[in-house]
Amino acid sequence: MTRSFDIVVVGAGPAGIAAACAAAEQGRRVALLDDNPAPGGQIWRGPSTAHRDAVSRAKERWLHRLQQNPAITSLHGCRVFDVPGDGLLAAEQNGQRVDLRYSKVVLATGARELFLPFPGWTLPGVYGAGGLQAMVKAGLPVRDQRVVVAGSGPLLLAVAAYLRETGARVSAVCEQASWRSLLRFGASIAHTSRLWQAAGYRWRTRGTPFHAGCWPVAAHGGKTLESVTLSNGTRQWTVPCDLLACGFHLVPNTELASLLGCTLQQGFVTVDALQQTLIANVFCAGEPTGIGGLELSLAEGEVAGLAAAGAIRAAQARIPRRDRLRAFAAQLAVTFALRQELHSLSKADTIVCRCEDVTWRTVSQYTGWRAAKLQTRCGMGPCQGRICGSALNFLLEWSPDSVRPPIFPVSIASLAGPTASAPAELSAIQEN
Amino acid sequence: MTDTVRLTVNGRALTVPAGATVAVALAIAGAACRTSVSGEPRAAFCAMGICFECRAIVDGGPHQRTCQIVCRDGMEVRTE
Ligand SMILES: Cc1cc2nc3c(=O)[nH]c(=O)nc-3n(C[C@H](O)[C@H](O)[C@H](O)COP(=O)(O)OP(=O)(O)OC[C@H]3O[C@@H](n4cnc5c(N)ncnc54)[C@H](O)[C@@H]3O)c2cc1C
Ligand code: FES
Repeated sequence: MTRSFDIVVVGAGPAGIAAACAAAEQGRRVALLDDNPAPGGQIWRGPSTAHRDAVSRAKERWLHRLQQNPAITSLHGCRVFDVPGDGLLAAEQNGQRVDLRYSKVVLATGARELFLPFPGWTLPGVYGAGGLQAMVKAGLPVRDQRVVVAGSGPLLLAVAAYLRETGARVSAVCEQASWRSLLRFGASIAHTSRLWQAAGYRWRTRGTPFHAGCWPVAAHGGKTLESVTLSNGTRQWTVPCDLLACGFHLVPNTELASLLGCTLQQGFVTVDALQQTLIANVFCAGEPTGIGGLELSLAEGEVAGLAAAGAIRAAQARIPRRDRLRAFAAQLAVTFALRQELHSLSKADTIVCRCEDVTWRTVSQYTGWRAAKLQTRCGMGPCQGRICGSALNFLLEWSPDSVRPPIFPVSIASLAGPTASAPAELSAIQEN
Repeated sequence: MTDTVRLTVNGRALTVPAGATVAVALAIAGAACRTSVSGEPRAAFCAMGICFECRAIVDGGPHQRTCQIVCRDGMEVRTE
């Protein structure tokens, strides 16, 4: 099946929702598609909690604006995996292939967490930081569970606050960045509402020790997690826990942008003042252009949606506000830069590639990604190197290999073309 | 609409809150989702459809990312 739209927006997080609304309000026919079962992206996932803050108010406002616009067709559980031709995207929904024709496309594919391999990180009970939050939002009960939250980035405190409110006993929050960087960051945002937001999270996690300059070095357990060893560089100590929520800030999802031929700089998609990439008719907004949080994603989404709809004046009017928010993104990158000590987190028999169980001993013998892939299958499993590739980019400074379709494993029938229809039984993991 | 959903995990009946994902059902059942190439038990990790650790067989369909699938009444889930 092939469907045609004026504008196709890939990703229904804040950036994609803002882009879709802005474009549809200019009279364009818009498709908004997302892999998840519902719109909202990472931050607006699942039902709202009892705690009413700026985030949940923005969520209600934007979801209302989205739902009441009949010019937007929302496609959920729908994942773009290929670019079969000019102005065309191939997606899979419910095991069926759907092709989407567009005049303009907005890439709002967001970010994923950066995970670094350490001994024990493959044990059941070890989750990403946002990962555990997403599980709880999806119904996982954590009442009275002992949780350690560790890694890096502003997400840690948000996750800890959320877990506390859902009944978990959060025994520690460990941020690898030093107190010095955090205080400098605090001073730089002192004149903005963000300091209040940070202070709010800290208030909601009062009673839970917050360690700066501290990171996890090993997780222990038999079949599931039992404890985690933490380090501050001079001392190590072990904390018993049922769950570990651990992520080292975010990396952008740029696979689709790469497949479309967009230019990346230092891992991020290059865009002009109107969020247009160097490829004609392709716009990009939100985390793929830089990690800057909710407000920047919304601001970029609006500019991209308006520009894609041809409302250039309206788009230009929003540029100054977006640029102010970008300054904050630059601060984030400096504050949460990863420390040198993390380069030695992986030990010889630590599994680096979770799909193919390739260890650090094996993979670190190679000089680059391509050779390691060919010789060890590292990065050749179904995640296609999204976990180990990002880790090795940090650990060994390996630059990513070129992106080839399909960017996600799909059924053989979907690969074959848009007219074929496949029963679910036929779906198989396609390894490239 | 009821506020719980009944499904089976490896043949055993399980009740979960409505809206729960299959990955959550597996965690509640205390079941690892799959066994890795070298024989380790693995369960959901990223919860956002990226890592593929939560793969299991859902209603006969193998290799399903259970963190992206919402439980439905009568669903049959098997670990891989
Ligand atoms: C796991 C996680 C949890 C987070 N939790 C918080 C929090 O609690 N508080 C906070 O302030 N910030 C949080 N953040 C940061 C937050 O992501 C940003 O502030 C904001 O949500 C970014 O919005 P976005 O629209 O750019 O991207 P996202 O919200 O990431 O949205 C991108 C969407 O695109 C979809 N997508 C990507 N590729 C494809 C494709 N090929 N086909 C179809 N769909 C696709 C993704 O599934 C996703 O839904 C979190 C980030 C992550 C990764
Ligand atoms: S837990 Fe990572 S894909 Fe489902």
